Formats: sequence, C-alpha cells, structure tokens
Amino acid sequence: MVGADYKRNDFLGRRIISSRKPTAFRIQMATFDHPFLPNASAPIRKMMLEAIGVASIDELYSDIPSQVRTNRALKVDWLPSEQEVKNHVDRMLAENKSASDMPVFLGAGIYNHYLPAAIKAILARTEFQTSYTPYQAEVSQGLLQSLFEFQSMIADLTQMDAVNSSLYDGSTALGEAARMASRATGRKKILVPEGLHPGKFSVLKNYAEPAGIGIETFRYDRVTGGLEKGNLVSKIDRDTAAVYCEVPSFFGVLDPEVANVPSICHAKGALSIVGFDPVSLGGLKPPGEYGADIVIAEGQSISTEMNFGGPALGIIGCRGENLIRQLPGRLIGMTTTLDGKERAFSMVLQTREQHIRREKATSNICTNEALFAIGAATYLSLLGPQGLRQLFESILVKTSYAIKMLSEIPGVVVPHFTGPHYQEFVVSFKGPKGTLGRLNKSLIGHGVHGGKSLVKDFPELGESALFCVTEVHSTEAVDKLRLLIEKLLEA
Amino acid sequence: MFHQAKWDEPLLLERSAPGKRGHNPTRPSDIERKVVGQDPWKNVPKALLRNGLPTLPEVSEPEVVRHYTRLSQENFAVDLGIYPLGSCTMKYNPKVSEAIAQNPKLEKIHPEQDESTVQGILAILHRLDEFLAEITGMSRMSLQPVAGAAGEYLGALIMRAYHKSKGELEERREMIIPDSAHGTNPASAAMAGFNVVVVPSNDEGTVDLEALRKVAGPKTAGLMITNPNTLGIFEKNVLQIAEVVHDAGGLLYYDGANFNAILGKVRPGDMGFDIVHLNLHKTFATPHGGGGPGAGPVGVRKDLEQFLPVPLVGFDGKKYFFDYDVPHSVGKVTAFHGNIGVLVRAYAYILSLGPDGLKAVAETAVLNTNYVLAKVLERSKFELPFSRRRKHEFVLSAKKISEQTGVRALDMGKRMLDWGLHSPTVYFPQIVEEAMMVEAPETESLRDLDELVEAFIRVGKEADSDPETLRSAPHNTSVGRIDEVKASHPKTLTLKWNNPSARAKAS
Repeated sequence: MVGADYKRNDFLGRRIISSRKPTAFRIQMATFDHPFLPNASAPIRKMMLEAIGVASIDELYSDIPSQVRTNRALKVDWLPSEQEVKNHVDRMLAENKSASDMPVFLGAGIYNHYLPAAIKAILARTEFQTSYTPYQAEVSQGLLQSLFEFQSMIADLTQMDAVNSSLYDGSTALGEAARMASRATGRKKILVPEGLHPGKFSVLKNYAEPAGIGIETFRYDRVTGGLEKGNLVSKIDRDTAAVYCEVPSFFGVLDPEVANVPSICHAKGALSIVGFDPVSLGGLKPPGEYGADIVIAEGQSISTEMNFGGPALGIIGCRGENLIRQLPGRLIGMTTTLDGKERAFSMVLQTREQHIRREKATSNICTNEALFAIGAATYLSLLGPQGLRQLFESILVKTSYAIKMLSEIPGVVVPHFTGPHYQEFVVSFKGPKGTLGRLNKSLIGHGVHGGKSLVKDFPELGESALFCVTEVHSTEAVDKLRLLIEKLLEA
Repeated sequence: MFHQAKWDEPLLLERSAPGKRGHNPTRPSDIERKVVGQDPWKNVPKALLRNGLPTLPEVSEPEVVRHYTRLSQENFAVDLGIYPLGSCTMKYNPKVSEAIAQNPKLEKIHPEQDESTVQGILAILHRLDEFLAEITGMSRMSLQPVAGAAGEYLGALIMRAYHKSKGELEERREMIIPDSAHGTNPASAAMAGFNVVVVPSNDEGTVDLEALRKVAGPKTAGLMITNPNTLGIFEKNVLQIAEVVHDAGGLLYYDGANFNAILGKVRPGDMGFDIVHLNLHKTFATPHGGGGPGAGPVGVRKDLEQFLPVPLVGFDGKKYFFDYDVPHSVGKVTAFHGNIGVLVRAYAYILSLGPDGLKAVAETAVLNTNYVLAKVLERSKFELPFSRRRKHEFVLSAKKISEQTGVRALDMGKRMLDWGLHSPTVYFPQIVEEAMMVEAPETESLRDLDELVEAFIRVGKEADSDPETLRSAPHNTSVGRIDEVKASHPKTLTLKWNNPSARAKAS
C-alpha cells in the first residue's frame, strides 16, 4: 500500500523521500551498522551468537511458523542520515501555518498560552524525559517528589483532598469521573450540559456506555448562556450518579448558578463533577469551596504547547476517602524511609490499579501524562499565587476588549450570550447560511484564523463561532481581526 | 563507584517567601484597559469569585529551575544507564526526534485549525498510518489512542461494535485472556463491559490450546494476547489459536507491548490478528516521560475499518483532509487527534531506520536479551521456568536463591540500583514465583549488557555471603529503602492532608 503512488501525488509536488535502498545491507543483513544499534555489526553479532550458542539470528526466530514470517522488506521509507530525516520532517511541517505565523482565535479545550521558557528547560531534562513510571521509588525520588508537588498544588488550587498524577486529557478525565461517580453511588445516569464540546461528549459516551451509564443533557439558557436550573433539577432523579458542569462553560460563560449545583446534587444523593480551567482558578473560586466532589480539567494550557491537540494533560481530583479509593491512575504519597529518618515519596494505593487488580481495577490506565504534570507543577511554581491572579485578570480584560471591538461591527452580535465571559465567547453573524464559512476562509486568506464554527454542532446558534482570546493575543491582532471582519462582511 | 545525587531538596512550598515570583505574565495594554474601562473584576459573578489567594509557592525563577533540576538529578533514566525493565522496552530515545518535535510549526498548531493550514501535519499522519499498517500487516490505523491501554480499550470498543453489528453483543460477553497477560488487558476488557475468562499457560509457558478450546464458544467476544508473551516466549501455536477464536466467532486482539521482538520479522496481520495496537513509546523509541505521554495507535483488518474512530486522515490526490466518513464509527477516544507530538517522533524514527533498520532493531533486541540470558544462566543459580527459547525478554525465578538465603527478588532488584542500573521488573508475570523480568533492548552496548550480567552474578553471590546488605538495599541512591506500607494511606497524597501545619507555616 505504500508505494510510488503517493509519492507521485505528494502535495509538495516533489519527491522528498529518498528512494535509495540499502541493497548492500540487505544481502548481508548481519552488517546493518546504525547509530542507534551498537551491536548490529557483523563481528559483534558473531561473538554474541557464539556466546548464546546458536549459529544465526534466524535460529533465534525458528519458532515462528515459516508460512507467516515476513520474507520481504517492509515497504517503509528510509533516509540514511540524521540530517535528511530532520530536513524532511521540517519541510513537511513547513506546510503548516501555525499561531506563530498568524493570530489564531481558537480555543474549545486546547489553549495557546505563553509557556515560560523555564518550563521547556525543565521538561527537556532527560532524567525526567527518558525515565519510566517510578516503580523503583528509591531511584526515582525526583519524579515522585515533582508529581507529589503537582498533586498538592492542584489540590490546593481546587480545594480537593486528593489529585492523581495525571490522566490522558480532559475528555478522558470526564469519562473516568463519570465512572467513578457511578461506582461510588451505585447509580447509572450522568447529566451533562447540552453545550459540551462534541469531542468530549463522544469520549464520555465511550467511557460511560460499556459501564451501563446513561448520559442525559440539561439545557442552557438561550439568553444568558448559563444553565437552565429548572430543567437541570427536573432531570436529577434517584438514578443520577452525578451532574457535570464547567466553569467557564464551553461558550466561555461564567455562570454563577454552577456554584449552587453541588448542593442541588447532594440533596438528591448525587455527586457534583466540576470541570475547571487551571489558569482561571487564579481568580475564580475553587470548586471544592462550593461543594464539588470531583474536579477535572484539561491541563494542556499550563504545561505544554498546543501540538495539534496532543499530548495534553488530564487532571482529576476528589474529596473524601470513599472517592479516593475510586480514583483511577497513579497516586504519589509522602512517606519516609524504612528507618523513619528521611522524607521520601512513592506510588501509593496501588491496589486500585490494573497491574495489581487486573479486571477489578478502577481503570485500565497505565501510561499517562506524567511529564506534563511536572510541566504544570513548574508552571504553577513560576507564576505563584500573584502571577496566576494577574494572568486571570489579563485574560479577563483582553476578553472584554475583544468582545467590545467586535461588537462594533455591523452585522455581528457579540457576545451572543448575555452572561459574563472569560477567555471565550460566541460571535454570531447576521446573514444567510454559509456566511461564517466564507468569512473564516477569507480570514485565513488574510492571515488570521477565526473562531471555531458552531454551525454544525449547535445549529440553534445560527451562523456562530466560538472565539478565544488569551494573553498571547495582542491588541494589534484583535484590531486586525475586527478590521478584517468588517471589511470582509461588507464585501 | 556509582552514587546517585542527593540534595535533601525541600518542597518548593517550603522555600516560599511572600512577594517573590518566578514569572511575570503579560499584562493588558493601556488601550485595552482604557477601552474596557471599568474594573474588570466586576464582571466576575460573586458566587464564583475567589476569596484570597491559592497557596502556591512564591519563589523566583532561579529557585524554580534549581529545584526541579536538582530533583531531576535524583531520577534514574535511560540517558543515564541500562533500564532492563521487562515489558517496558526502555530503549534509547533518539535526539533527532526530540529536535524535530520542537518545531513551532508543530507545537503551535491548534487542533481545530482549518485543513488548508495544517497540510504538513496531515501528510505526516497519513503516511504514518500507511507505515504502521504496513508494519503490522493491517489495513488501516487509528492514531487517536494516546497510550497502550487506550489502544486496548479502543480495540475492545471495536469488538463491541462488531458484535453489535451482527446482533450478537448480548451473547458475546466473554474476553479470553492468558494468565501471563499484562494487567491492562483484563482491565481494558472489563472496562469495556466484558467478563474476563482466564486461559492458563501450559508447561511451555504458552497458551494451553486444549484449555482455550474449552472456553472458546458462542459467548466469546475475543482473545487478547501478546506475542511473544510476557515470558518472552513466542506463541508458536498462534495460527491454531487464531483458528479456535475465529471458529468460535470471536476476534483476535494483538497487544503490541512486546512488538519490539518481531518488528520486520512477522506481522500480526499475517498471524491472523484482527485488531492490533502498537506502543510507540516502546517499539518506536519515543520517550516515556516518567510515565507518559505515549501513543497507542490501533490497526484493524479491512472489514473492521467501518468501526474506527473519526476522523481518519484522507488524501484526495491533491490535499489531505479529515475523513469523517466512517459508517459505523465508535466515535472518539480522545477529544482531538491523539498525541501528535509522539506520533511525529515515531514517524522520524521509522524514517531513521527504514525497512532493514527496523528489522535489525528486533533482531538485535532478541540477540541482546538472549546474550544476557545465556550468561546469567551459565554463571548463577537463577532459574528459567518454562522453555528456554526467548525473544526480547525473559523471566527468571529467584525462588531457589530465596529459599536458600531468605533474600527476595525485591531485595535483589533494590541492590542492583546501587550499581547505576535499573532493576528488572519484579513479581511479574504472576505465574512465575519471585519473578525478575528482564528486557535488554537493542540500543544497549555489549558493555552495558555485561554490566547487567555482572549485576545478576553479584546479587546471587551476595545473597549467600551478605544477605543483610541486600535486604537493606539500596545504599547508593538518593534515599534508602522506602516505607511503602506507611505511604499507603489516602492522607499521604497531598500536602494539604498530609501535613496541615507545614502548609499553614508556608502560607
């Protein structure tokens, strides 16, 4: 399937993969010298085969049924030098237009924040980068302490008792939270906002359905963008395990009603799951303070670049021992050495996990996003309480500025919702179907990437898009966006 | 002599002093402030307004960098020495892949960008799909799963969708899993709603075919298996296993955790597997990051493509695009497109090795591991349960040594830490008593392998001559042996619970 065809058709219009094949090597495979393979050369191989007591490599593979062995070269490309590999991938990536090339007003779960240089420096430490899960605690104290600090910082920020050392991303964190709530309550229904990122909703469904958990949505108020309390209350019943809310909401709305949801849930024996934006907790109330039982977040914004959406960082925390026993994934605890003399850290409560409990584990998660948990700990350490508060304020101001500027354009309704906004807001465009699609295309032509179209997923909002503004969006970028939209809508 | 760094580094919060900070975030411009006018905080509803500040560290940038750099020095890693952790494939992670992943044209693209602005990354993903499908012998890959277990979970979801499409999901509730399997297999199957049926290993350490025939039937959803298995033994009856499962109407799942052994030598698709995942952070040399990120792409045979997650990446002859046209798609298993940074590194790795290089990877990994095995068996009392023939890993039993000396596999593993190498995996798989599971990847030089051999010889000798040194090991690490029992309490998990007074003092 890999062959000349796609090469000929390559969008770059040139053959960028070398067709040179190492035929000499193929004839005498035992001499494939390669910078990554210290023992692949013929003399070393020979010596090692002798030590093992076999005549050839083939003998080590003789138990593979001959009819299924791969007796041909794999059809994958090869570039013989490191420089060629680097140049090739760089050339392919050069076809992308990134947020460094143009202002990009997209959010919806992945955010472009300025990442302090010190974070990249720490994450580039290969002692962290090239280590594995800290099964041997004595030789992994650096990672364990860093992860413990991450857990502690997030626990403080959210006012939870415990936080695990990471899940995959915000969407799987929601799936795990739903399953946790169902196990803890013995109930089989989760309520989520109608305005939920469609990708997140789909992931949730894949986590919930096999566990027999049903998902129902509650409506958002078509004017304020906040939740419709009556509708939510009417849907909580004796089988409701939990209600999920987000602050800010998918539409960027800061809905004060969310602070009442935990007590509404608790009155009916259900749990409250709150999704938070890590930076926003510099200025917003910790969900634990208004009674949330489980919190989740996408932590990409405080640990790593956007990277086309991954890797990200799933954050999950909870209150109370009962729920802690239901937490998925790795937990790091503070302890001492056996002689009791020194502080030390290790993985704890492992009997919840798959490598011990197998099919009875709280989750199948093994590999997680530990490196970015360290990134998040570094980020929160650098900004500190004052920096985080200041950043929240900056984004608050910039959001208001962008809303104000765009609202001056004829034919544009912004914010679509009347509620207060942080970081994101819905912009509606008057005009026939296709107005937004045409506008977004034209914007790209003029070097600006507009907001995420909501036309398909939220048709009730008409020709609308979700725009995002963070500290990386300059005044000039917002002004340019405004002028371009004005001009393009006129045309 | 090796000695790990030791800094007695406090928690950063304990270094905190009011007013210090390590980063000044960008403030709004004067124009922005002027236009917005009123106090921006007025916009925040009272019910959501934070009272007081969080208790985060207040420290300068150099203090933060020094703190985490010191901590990094208290962490063993592949870049420091051999990491023979069985089943984890801790191979060297090429630096060119890291350099490539630093590109702002990768780091600073948003997953919701218009296709026209992300043609480069889409082309890479499209090719990676083709490469991995060719490497595994499958028809098409989903690059969405972000870890091995996430791949397994997707595999189980695809099985659900497949049996549902045939109207058999209600009956087919059983997932057959060998007793030697990784814990993630039964956990993934159970999470996807299947009942786990364990099939025992025979005297050779492979799946007991007779036992399999007994449990396979109309209730079978599928079989999840690694090949070679966790003992490092190739399931030579794999074609019969496939036949039994397929005859029963089940699907055959290949767990790619041990794929490093067979890269370029035999393809899961050719062995009869229907669904496959690969661990790119193992076989394709992307760094493990202390536990993640990883990537666990899943490949399927042709007729199962209809169930893959959306979107796939298509190519219409001119441009690459997101293909949502998957008729019975299971939906999504991650909010966006997978761990792209990891996928790009793996793409670079494949190009760096090419067809012959990839094959040499597997061959050399098997060579290295067998070399260590031969030397250890020749010169020590460690035993090798089950058959002698191993691929990329092997599992020794320290039972005999343990019975004679009272020293356990755990103690021996801890002692190895004293010599600047990582311990093998201990106590797994559970079917071997006092198990020590060793994997010596292809990137380890002869010198490293000899060091590992010597470590086994030495722990064997010390168990006789100086058991106390082993029982109290490690001695040359940042801290001595840790009290993991005391640690296993929920209150150890965060500073807030663990030590309220320290927190109060710090704030």
